[in-house]
Amino acid sequence: MRKASRLTRFNVASLALGLAFLYLPILILVLYSFNASRLVTVWGGWSLRWYRELFNDRAMIEAAWMSLRVAVASATIATLLGTLAAVALSRGERFRGRTLFSGMLYAPLVMPEVITGLSLLLLFVALNAERGFWTVTMAHTTLTMCFVAVVVQSRLGSLDRSLEEAAMDLGCNPVRAFVAVTLPLIAPAIVAGWMLAFTLSLDDLVIASFTTGPGSATLPIRIYSEVRLGVKPEINAICTLVIALIAVVIVIASLASKLSSSQGESAAPL
Amino acid sequence: MSSRRIFARPARFAAIAPYVWMVLFFLVPFAFVLKISLSQTAIAQPPYEPVFDLSAGWDALKAAFAALSADNFRLIGSDDIYVFAYVRSLTVAITATALLLLIGYPIAYGMARLPKRWQAVAMVLVIVPFWTSFLIRIYAWINILQHDGLLNQILLALHLVSQPVVWLSTDTAMYIGIVYSYLPFMILPLYATLAKMEPALEEAAGDLGAPPWQVFWLVTFPLSLPGVGAGVLLCFIPIVGEFVIPDLLAGSNALMIGQTLWLEFFTNKDWPVASAAAIVLLVVLLVPLMLYERLQKRQLEQGR
Repeated sequence: MRKASRLTRFNVASLALGLAFLYLPILILVLYSFNASRLVTVWGGWSLRWYRELFNDRAMIEAAWMSLRVAVASATIATLLGTLAAVALSRGERFRGRTLFSGMLYAPLVMPEVITGLSLLLLFVALNAERGFWTVTMAHTTLTMCFVAVVVQSRLGSLDRSLEEAAMDLGCNPVRAFVAVTLPLIAPAIVAGWMLAFTLSLDDLVIASFTTGPGSATLPIRIYSEVRLGVKPEINAICTLVIALIAVVIVIASLASKLSSSQGESAAPL
Repeated sequence: MSSRRIFARPARFAAIAPYVWMVLFFLVPFAFVLKISLSQTAIAQPPYEPVFDLSAGWDALKAAFAALSADNFRLIGSDDIYVFAYVRSLTVAITATALLLLIGYPIAYGMARLPKRWQAVAMVLVIVPFWTSFLIRIYAWINILQHDGLLNQILLALHLVSQPVVWLSTDTAMYIGIVYSYLPFMILPLYATLAKMEPALEEAAGDLGAPPWQVFWLVTFPLSLPGVGAGVLLCFIPIVGEFVIPDLLAGSNALMIGQTLWLEFFTNKDWPVASAAAIVLLVVLLVPLMLYERLQKRQLEQGR
């Protein structure tokens, strides 16, 4: 009844400050990418100058292209494997090695990236694999399929199982029941999983640095080596473009999860 | 009931492909890390002496076992650089996690008290930065914190300082970067438990005469402990091994373990020592990792 009065002034202030803290730095970065002046301190008026310079930077464009290809490929494989893993964990009841399986899936979510990156590199060296596009793609698949599995699994967990049971009582075999009933219901989570995998791959610096080979730098590797040398307006421009791309992805993903009409989504940290 | 069991059989088959993948790309690589951490450094490509060569048969394998050496671990245990790096990593992670809890809790609490419709909006607003590139978010702070950056300009304009303050390459900058990057990881699990809490409990405590701080301390906080645990683990574990943030924002006089590992690997090309450092890091994180796994499992697999 007194719902509105529960919100104290302290609550409002901490929310406002928190959101400002989260968003202001990014807004400032975007703003300065349109600054005509090379100096960060001086506002020289609006300009697309740094975007033009960016498009003449071959190395940056190549790195961006590499990153996009890796992100699409790894997100697609990761979505496939992650969805299968989620189905097995939430519908497979008990099976041998289940604890190890879930353990392997949840660990990479928090495992420091230097460990994952180093261990994958040693594997690729031992296998004598040529390092480049495919090694980075496989490394990213390994990381991101775990996130997909968690997203899809939490959706499967909140699903009413009597629906698929009804389909089977009406004569569907399990596979048919899954394809006809379960899959459409979890499709939004699968889409969201793909989007998350895509952005995580696009974002990753550490694992890519370990697993890539000479001459095939990804965008974060390229940005990182420039950032180490200091702030440059071109970097603001490329960062703004990446943010814009991710914003589009988020809009699509949130539309997808709207469709799933999930009430009070799980506590999964995603 | 029975159809549930029939459904489970093909569902188990779904595990095969991801299972094989994770064994191959997650579990087996650790065996290689362990193996190389026990071998000698060599100036070659790859830069270590091979330990096992399975093609050489059993005798060779026995000889290889005799050649295993714990030298790299002895080095890590005795060299101050590594000991300091581990201590610093843990200190930084503990401090940063405490800061995150202190800053994240009021925000999560505010979110949980919003009207239902606004809660969804607030949650999206907190998640969006998590999707935005880590590296870009750190870079955004370099923009702000640099010598003639926005922060110094504001401070100078307000006459709070008489000359620019050095922010970059300090621990302050590093903590700002860590808190900024990990805040969503702390807020979301906290919010999830706080939002599920029955408001009547707080109201009852208030009606019975408890002042607000006592209501919070005796009712709200204890009930939110599962969320606190999840948030703390989600932040603490990756921060211990963090590389990018300390590398770009902190000074170079005190390294965290992620940085020393990176340095050994990329600059010194000493793969065996880097591997040994990774193994020790893993051992340090084993207990929090297992706690985290249990939490995650309970959350995803048992009744929600």
